[in-house]
Amino acid sequence: MTVVVVVCGVLLTAGAFLAVIRAEKGPSMLDRTIALDIVVTTMIAAVALYAAVNRRADVVPILVVLSLVGFVGSVTIARFASVEPEGEGRVRTREEIAAQEAERIDNEDYAEESRRSGRREETDEHHGGGAEGEVR
Amino acid sequence: MTTDQWTTVADVASAVCLLGGAFLAFAAGVGVLRFPDLLARMHAGTKPQVLGLILVLIGLALRLRSGGAVWALVLVAVFQMLTAPVAAHMVGRAGYRTGKVRSDLLVVDELTSDQELARARDHGRAEDDDPRD
Repeated sequence: MTVVVVVCGVLLTAGAFLAVIRAEKGPSMLDRTIALDIVVTTMIAAVALYAAVNRRADVVPILVVLSLVGFVGSVTIARFASVEPEGEGRVRTREEIAAQEAERIDNEDYAEESRRSGRREETDEHHGGGAEGEVR
Repeated sequence: MTTDQWTTVADVASAVCLLGGAFLAFAAGVGVLRFPDLLARMHAGTKPQVLGLILVLIGLALRLRSGGAVWALVLVAVFQMLTAPVAAHMVGRAGYRTGKVRSDLLVVDELTSDQELARARDHGRAEDDDPRD
């Protein structure tokens, strides 16, 4: 039984690790969702393996909860999936984030300046509205 | 056979089932990393979600061998079989609509051709109804 447990544990860990690599690489939100679904499934299998090794029936409710909750994440994300521009799904490097942040601050400063140098004439208010690029 | 022998048989069967489930989880990890587009990755990802999970649960049931826990495991399998198709449907639909599906990798793509046919039909009807011509 010990050999079986070790082999199962190694296989489950390797599977979850590969899925996490895919979740990091992307390229889109939905690919990450699928990868994290696999991580949840692997977690269910790992809890079941633990219960089987130690003959513990009291962790079975954890399996029930995980199998119920596991799909909520992917359904929610799929509902709000939108068309992503090329390169959007990539994890950005530190320099790129700093450059974007500087640009954003510049824009805010500019907007603040133009607001101070005379009331803006546009009076239309924004009341939210539908999200753009949403899947219906 | 004696009870001892039956216990050994159940333990061996449960070990085989657990190994099978763990192997499917590993295969899903490899598949989701190596496959080229969203639908192929979904295909790889659903292996441990149903078959792998059921194998692991059978293995666990053969180890536990008590009534109440086994019924809870049946419940787990039923919940997973109810929720996995919902999630897969949502992800597949969102992927198709946001252009994550690579049509050059598809052997059959009936949805796109059907949509084009429907669009052409609607267009023709709109022209017929137009009172100006």
